Amino acid sequence: MNPFIEIITQPDNIAIVIMIIMVTFFTLWAFQQAFENDRLIAAGKPVDGENEGLVDTFKPLVRIELIIALAVMVFLTFWSIVVDAPLEEIANPTLTPNPAKAPWYFLGLQELLVYFDPWLAGVVLPTLIIVGLIAIPYIDINPKGNGYYCFNDRKFAVITFSFGFFILWLLLIVIGVFFRGPGWLWYWPWQEWDHARVVFEPTRDLSNVFGIDSRSLPGFIIGAIVVNGYLIGGMILPYRYLKDKMPEFMKQFGLIRYLVTASLFITMMAIPVKMVLWLVFHIKYIWITPWFNV
Amino acid sequence: MKNPTDIKEKVRKNLIWKSVFRRDYRNTVRDRAQAIFGNIFLHLHPVQVREGAVKLRFTWGMGGITFFAFIILVITGVVLMFYYHPSIDQAYSDIKDLEFQVPFGVILRNLHRWGAHFMVIVVMIHMFRVFMTGSYKAPRQFNWGIGVILLVLTFLLSFTGYLTPWDQLGFWAITVGTNMGAATPLLGYQGPFSEFLHITPFNDVRFALLGGSRVADNALLRAYIWHCVAIPLVSVILMFVHFWRVRKDGGISKPQTQK
Repeated sequence: MNPFIEIITQPDNIAIVIMIIMVTFFTLWAFQQAFENDRLIAAGKPVDGENEGLVDTFKPLVRIELIIALAVMVFLTFWSIVVDAPLEEIANPTLTPNPAKAPWYFLGLQELLVYFDPWLAGVVLPTLIIVGLIAIPYIDINPKGNGYYCFNDRKFAVITFSFGFFILWLLLIVIGVFFRGPGWLWYWPWQEWDHARVVFEPTRDLSNVFGIDSRSLPGFIIGAIVVNGYLIGGMILPYRYLKDKMPEFMKQFGLIRYLVTASLFITMMAIPVKMVLWLVFHIKYIWITPWFNV
Repeated sequence: MKNPTDIKEKVRKNLIWKSVFRRDYRNTVRDRAQAIFGNIFLHLHPVQVREGAVKLRFTWGMGGITFFAFIILVITGVVLMFYYHPSIDQAYSDIKDLEFQVPFGVILRNLHRWGAHFMVIVVMIHMFRVFMTGSYKAPRQFNWGIGVILLVLTFLLSFTGYLTPWDQLGFWAITVGTNMGAATPLLGYQGPFSEFLHITPFNDVRFALLGGSRVADNALLRAYIWHCVAIPLVSVILMFVHFWRVRKDGGISKPQTQK
């Protein structure tokens, strides 16, 4: 069978296919409504649902809940009749599968292991994702766009969230499921998995680019400057820029809220930065210390 | 009993019917309200809702579908527990028994597995919807945080369930997943700075997760209890906080445009 068909019809991967279809559908629907409301706001008209009244819960809402529940039940029953849950061989600690993949919803994090050490990819970044999500309502002080789909009035929020959700979460999951084979090497869906394949990728650290040993003191200092420069510069430069361009907003926003937002944002952007460094320049570590490597 | 109306009367005008439903339903405003707050399952709803709450295009029904998927998982999960022993000697053959011995065992397990995947998908889309409608904004900030924790608990519920069949897929997924625990800064034996706290493979986070230094009998028992008791318990409590706060914060969010 065609490897591509084989991969997407694996029982557990059917869930991913369903996810891709559902997410695409609801994303289009969300942005269609957002742009529609943008047009209404620009025309000075009320947005969708602004002037609507109340209806009795019994029966309009109860009825629709029952219909949806039945539809979900039919869908899941159909899915369960057509596709059987996989059951592999009994667990064998002496036989490691290659690749050993985490459950699909964690494959985005597993994919990060290519670019970060486990303490960052597996612990620090997931923790910051949770903290960052909980922090969203407290750092987004924009009063507009409350209770209706819209884009124009909250561009930064929507673009940042969409980047995190679609690229850093969902796309990495799709890559982990469909494009990673033995040795966590990249396989296009039409390529056969080859367990003997070895890819020689010369790795170097950032200071090696300038001919300085990354494990020496000068290499340590260069790494420290670059990493801390990124973190500190990533906080100070946008602050000065925004203070200059949007003084009113920054006054309202406040220093603490700015620091939380900026640190979360530059941490998120560190992920694509490290990806480019590795994929384009083959740079493994930026900063090597005796305790941890970044 | 001459015609259907008589039968209807007969059914409704007796002691048993009245004891269950307490009063007649005449489709008056009062009766429609009574139908909601007189019913323990429905009284989570307000008596009246915004028109938008009834239309699919605003909420997509995703929060409700997530809850419904959870109910399906609880029911199928409880039935599965009747056929399952959380020990590495029996777990795998119990799943094989589901396949070959238990009536409808295959479809029972399929419903639980696909229901779990489905719940993970819809809960993510629910979060996306709440973000896109800006529904986390005042006064709903706190409830968004509860929702994020419920999202994480959904992942953990699914993750702990992965080990229970004790097959290669679950075993190595849990091995990969819990190895991350070993990388925790300070508290994992491979994590940065752990040497300052004298952390070894036998007292770190991973050891606590697995009940040992490798995925074995204790790990299966821990995964099982997290999966069937501990996380569902916490999830149910937080779900009720979540639903309660939806009501207290003013129901399904409605457009609050700044004019």
